[in-house]
Amino acid sequence: MEIFSNLALGFSIALTPFTLMLAVIGCFLGTIIGALPGLGPSNGVAILIPITFSMGLDATAALVLLTSVYYGAMYGGRISSILLNIPGDEPAMMTTLDGYPMAKQGRAGDALVISGVASFVGAFLATIALAMVAPYLARIAYKFGPAEYFALYTLAFATLGGMASKNQAKAALASFIGLAIALVGLDNNSGFNRFTGGNLHLSDGIDFLVAIVGLFAVSEVFFFIETHGKDSAVGVKLGKVTIPWAEMWSTRWTMIRSSVVGFVAGVLPGAGASLGSFMTYMMEKGIAGDKGGFGTGVAKGVAAPEAGNNAAAGGALVPMLTLGVPGSGTTAVLLAVLMTLNITPGPTLFADRPEVVWGLIASLLIANVVLLLMNVPMVKVFVKILMVPPAVLLPAVTMISFVGIYSLSGSYFDLVLMIIFGVVGYAFRKMDIPTVPVILGILLGYQMENNLRHAMTLSGGEWTYLFSSPIAIGLWIAAVLGFVAPMFLRGLLKRPEIRDADELVD
Amino acid sequence: MKFTYLKALGTSAVISLMAASSAWSAECIAPANPGGGWDFTCRQIGKILYDIGQVDAPVQVTNMAGAGGGLAFSTVVAERNEDPELIVAASSATTTRLAQKAFGDATADQVRFVGAIGADPGVIVVAADSPYQSLSDLVEAVKADPASVAFAGGSAAGGFDHMKPLQVLKAGGFDDITAVKYIGVDGGADAITQTVGGFTQAMTGDMSEIVGFIKSGEVRALAVLTEERVPGFEDIPTAKEQGYDVVAVNWRGLYVPGGISDGDFQKWADRLQAVADSAEWKQAMADNGLAPFTKVGGDFQSWIDGVIAQTEELSREIGVIQ
Repeated sequence: MEIFSNLALGFSIALTPFTLMLAVIGCFLGTIIGALPGLGPSNGVAILIPITFSMGLDATAALVLLTSVYYGAMYGGRISSILLNIPGDEPAMMTTLDGYPMAKQGRAGDALVISGVASFVGAFLATIALAMVAPYLARIAYKFGPAEYFALYTLAFATLGGMASKNQAKAALASFIGLAIALVGLDNNSGFNRFTGGNLHLSDGIDFLVAIVGLFAVSEVFFFIETHGKDSAVGVKLGKVTIPWAEMWSTRWTMIRSSVVGFVAGVLPGAGASLGSFMTYMMEKGIAGDKGGFGTGVAKGVAAPEAGNNAAAGGALVPMLTLGVPGSGTTAVLLAVLMTLNITPGPTLFADRPEVVWGLIASLLIANVVLLLMNVPMVKVFVKILMVPPAVLLPAVTMISFVGIYSLSGSYFDLVLMIIFGVVGYAFRKMDIPTVPVILGILLGYQMENNLRHAMTLSGGEWTYLFSSPIAIGLWIAAVLGFVAPMFLRGLLKRPEIRDADELVD
Repeated sequence: MKFTYLKALGTSAVISLMAASSAWSAECIAPANPGGGWDFTCRQIGKILYDIGQVDAPVQVTNMAGAGGGLAFSTVVAERNEDPELIVAASSATTTRLAQKAFGDATADQVRFVGAIGADPGVIVVAADSPYQSLSDLVEAVKADPASVAFAGGSAAGGFDHMKPLQVLKAGGFDDITAVKYIGVDGGADAITQTVGGFTQAMTGDMSEIVGFIKSGEVRALAVLTEERVPGFEDIPTAKEQGYDVVAVNWRGLYVPGGISDGDFQKWADRLQAVADSAEWKQAMADNGLAPFTKVGGDFQSWIDGVIAQTEELSREIGVIQ
């Protein structure tokens, strides 16, 4: 078995006291960075790059540190999603939908433990898959052209309809606002700026991290001010953390299914962890049906997105290592680090630099175990950070949000934009318009439009091109089913409506 | 609780320290996020400047992404116009966008171009199983039916990657360049996957983007757009020797603020020349697939002016500027 000798090589590199220490430090920092709203895995890794260089770390050590931060942030993001209803980073957005209702019912500890274990399962399976099938799996990317990508994003978009179980019009409105925002900036297909009003700051488009921090974190501040803290999400109490074995066991298939779907979403370049957590959540919601109670605070609702986004984080490493194509924002930053270390990812990396690849895989496995320990038995350490009185926490969160967003591009403009999003988020929540679809609209809109226009360029405007491959047709069928099935089933079963997620949230 | 608050303060202090520039060292602005050419330029040149003793303190690298470099350009012009300790990473993309007025009202003469000390040669590649064996095959196929060949590249329409095949086609006597199919995807590697996957017929990009794929045998380079064949890749013919007189290299260099003295400009030109001559830079170029391309000082400025005029003309023809 070649894989075992390769893994042995990897562990012989990764299991030195120094690299182990780096893994622990990286996991700890990563979890904190992930838990703090506004700081996500991509800024976490970017912030640590100069430190890596000034410490003079070699390639493997640098990779161990940075990937530990990456995985750590993916774990940490769920903490503030569950406790504050503010996603710690963008892939943790879906975890708010059930995580926060669980916390409100006094089950924050259960939510944290289940999501922590789900994160472990997702990341662990993804790392194993990365080790075993990465070179073959890279070929998936060759099967996805503009038509297939467009169908994939349409599938994601179609399932948005099933997201709000009560008021689909409002969810649709929110997602179209997101799509509209995605149009701002340089149009790749004509080379012209759109809707920028001549403002250079807008020509790269609106970063969805700015939108997410504004819509969730800043709007929370406004709510807090308005109600003097009475109705604010902040201040959920966390009792004794016990491990809900039975409930966790009931989510086993959810975790495994979500890991697979998340991993595949991660492998596809451009889709990334946010799409992974979104699709897994919607898939599990569909499987559970109305009886599943998704959105009201169920264990599967936190297990699915966390297994999904952590698996996607591992999956995103596949195209990065084997093709040099980053599957997400964070892997784009990691790719840059590799290049600076004179490692050129590409089809020959596994053969040329086995010590780097297998050292990386071994360190991911180690980081994962460290993270499980940190995030389940020791989760209270991180929770403490978020459990301070709101009067202290909210200003601190606001400050970190500002610093985090400023560090994105070093421009005040993003801060202004973030405040505008905060006001919009406040208004939306007052009007019961869900904010998650806005983010998904921004996220999906850019890719959807680009791929549609690429498809039209390649086919000379022939629409049938969109249905020209088996993969594309399969995705279209799934999209139609994803859109129609929820309405159809609901009409057929005539069950009493479950309460909308947002109703519980506010 | 106090502990947490302090921790939060500490975190932000560390972050802001890293973002702020130190008054004591030179600063290099990479007008993009970490990764990619400009970041590489700043980090490598900055490191070598310090290693070979040209500067006393490590060069501070600031990433200022936005508007494809336009944000950094306008910031330098508006706020740092007389800062003698500031350098900014630049490449062909900078001049392409300046020529196309993509930076608002900014013009190339608002800053001073110090020099280029390396270049990523332009390449045109096809999948290994492609029927096109030479650049002529590809050009003839486009001439016969422009719809039969689509190019993928890592820049938006009108960007440098788009310009390369258009220049080759024009050199081959094909003038209907608006009929040429081009899709701009997220980076060179993405463009290669589209080409290997058969969705596009050719990829236009830089040498550094294709090295791994050439080695693995998944793509075949039809031409490199340089004067001479590139050392280390001697089996890739130039476009010029195949009868298409096109040279398009993505040079890596620097500009400095327009308001600095001639003495300060000369100081940076000398430093850059020292980097170009160093063994460290030669190694960095070899590791990253860059070809030698050194033009520093006054020569460079006049070369830049020529390139901008040419880009402007081509951009007008394809309609990205009026």
